Amino acid sequence: MTDLTTSIEDVPQDWAGMGGRGLTSTIVAAEVPPTCHPLGPNNKLVFAPGLLSGTVAANSGRLSAGAKSPLTGGIKESNAGGTSAQFLARCGCKALIIEGMPKEDKWYSIALTAGSLTISEETELVGKGNYTVAKTLSEKLGSKQGVITIGPAGEMKMAGANLSVVDPDGNLRSNGRGGLGAVMGSKKVKFISIDPQGNKVEITNPDAFKDANRAFAKALVDNQISQGLKTYGTNILVNVINEAGALPTRNFTQGQFEGHDKISGETMHDIIQERGGKPSHNCHAGCVIQCSQIYKDKDKNFKTAGFEYESIWAMGADCCVDNLDDIAEADWLMDDIGIDTIETSVAFGVAMEAGVLEFGDGKGMCQIIKEDIGKGTALGRIIGNGAGSVGRSFGVTRVPVVKNQAIPAYDPRSVKGMAITYATTPMGADHTTGYAVTANILGVGGSVDPLSNEGQVELSRNLQIATAAIDSTGMCLFIAFAALDDPNCLPALIDLINARYGLSLSGDDVTNLGKSILKTERGFNQAAGFTNADDRLPEFFYLEPLPPHNVVVDFSGEEIDSFWNF
Amino acid sequence: MKLTVKLFAYFRDNRFVAEVQEYPDGTTIGEIVDRLEIDRNEIGITMINSKHSSFEDIPAGDDILAIFPMVGGG
Repeated sequence: MTDLTTSIEDVPQDWAGMGGRGLTSTIVAAEVPPTCHPLGPNNKLVFAPGLLSGTVAANSGRLSAGAKSPLTGGIKESNAGGTSAQFLARCGCKALIIEGMPKEDKWYSIALTAGSLTISEETELVGKGNYTVAKTLSEKLGSKQGVITIGPAGEMKMAGANLSVVDPDGNLRSNGRGGLGAVMGSKKVKFISIDPQGNKVEITNPDAFKDANRAFAKALVDNQISQGLKTYGTNILVNVINEAGALPTRNFTQGQFEGHDKISGETMHDIIQERGGKPSHNCHAGCVIQCSQIYKDKDKNFKTAGFEYESIWAMGADCCVDNLDDIAEADWLMDDIGIDTIETSVAFGVAMEAGVLEFGDGKGMCQIIKEDIGKGTALGRIIGNGAGSVGRSFGVTRVPVVKNQAIPAYDPRSVKGMAITYATTPMGADHTTGYAVTANILGVGGSVDPLSNEGQVELSRNLQIATAAIDSTGMCLFIAFAALDDPNCLPALIDLINARYGLSLSGDDVTNLGKSILKTERGFNQAAGFTNADDRLPEFFYLEPLPPHNVVVDFSGEEIDSFWNF
Repeated sequence: MKLTVKLFAYFRDNRFVAEVQEYPDGTTIGEIVDRLEIDRNEIGITMINSKHSSFEDIPAGDDILAIFPMVGGG
């Protein structure tokens, strides 16, 4: 962006076999100085579709975005649905790298097709919310283009700002975590449009690909968890995590929320049916799980889409808001302003403890999102910079963050596998990187007692390695529910990659890929100044017993560090 | 013995959300699931008083039994 020039380069041989998270993390580690300022000229924002994106493989449309994170100060890969990953792949693009910073105080857009990459000055959409950007571009460019955009939060470089990716119906998915919207804002890029112009990706062995995809899709569709996701969305988890005493409530002081059933997946399903919304919806073409949904307001008008468990938990239980319509309003506002619903809602929980507003004040939360975060007042910037920022600003010590990133919807005291994942992942607290909730709570991929330390390090390690590999394929992480328990699923996935590229990868190759990605990411963080002292949970988790099980985190530092013995 | 039985997701359809029910002492969770006419193969998780349990476990009076199908998300 420094000289407003573009170039299309051949993929270096070493990177040819990579995609998604493996590629974004490799490029960031190779090209970004680890000690650079995340919002300065030396950071780079990298987008990469997965290895299978752009094909007809079921659930292969996930987009990886990577950079040095302004929230954590470490490496970041953030993952989203929407159509952009598929369209980038169909343009023949392995990775889009945005580097430098413009000299003038102007905003720009980037347009990518199969053979061209252009930068244009942008004036019309500056300051506009993501929904306006999506609608305007759909009218201007047609609905057959991929769009990645930032809202006002990204323009203001808030550390909680996300990237919004337009989905097949013009709604938004988010590369939510780690403030990558601020990195795009620092480079003065308001949006990126991607037009594949009818191009398709080449498949080396089409017949083998078709067979593998049939087996793979069947494993996904047959899976009982996939079926539950289609009916109730990810929000099916509120009641089960609450029952297990692991639903962080009232800024992580309780493990159960009195109003849990009012915000649960079961209740949400009934409301959606009653108001004529859509209980199931795909965030990208080719998804057979369809965990997304369209939620309507009391007057049966569109209110929000992709209404996820993590967001509902954070605004709901963590802030003690038991009104699903208030939560839906806040969800839509955050999507429009372009700020992470997990980071920001956990920040609200800390702000409530500080007395900025009362616990349970959903309408007050919406007001602050709109008038303060959206308009960039001093309070809005304190909250928009995340939970850590609120804690520091108001002198709160109960601040649920690791590497300054907010802890998501599973209390690490009563889902102890998640304590290891939050502490060790190079991403800062992130549930998706090693989802130990599977074996700890859901009885998927075996069973490990959530309240005992035994087996948790190994569980988290195995999941983090597998997840790093899955995040490189472009596959949605929810394929893991089938992959963990259906012996046909993972071999079919490897067959898909082999048929796509004419390779002969084995399961061991996939495991080694995962290990190497984690080590690359950790290496970047260490060079940025992180030590094992950063692989720890906040002090209060060790000191304050969590009801109803009255448990604390009691892993020693050595136990946590043994995660990296591979 | 009196138990509070809680059902979740589609197990609630044509049954109930939560009910206090009477069972003979020594009834196992598996037998309670059978009495509710839920296929054991569809059970994902059962918990007694917020702790995971198995079909062989026997609840005590006043316990809270939660029954879930296979669920996941995140």
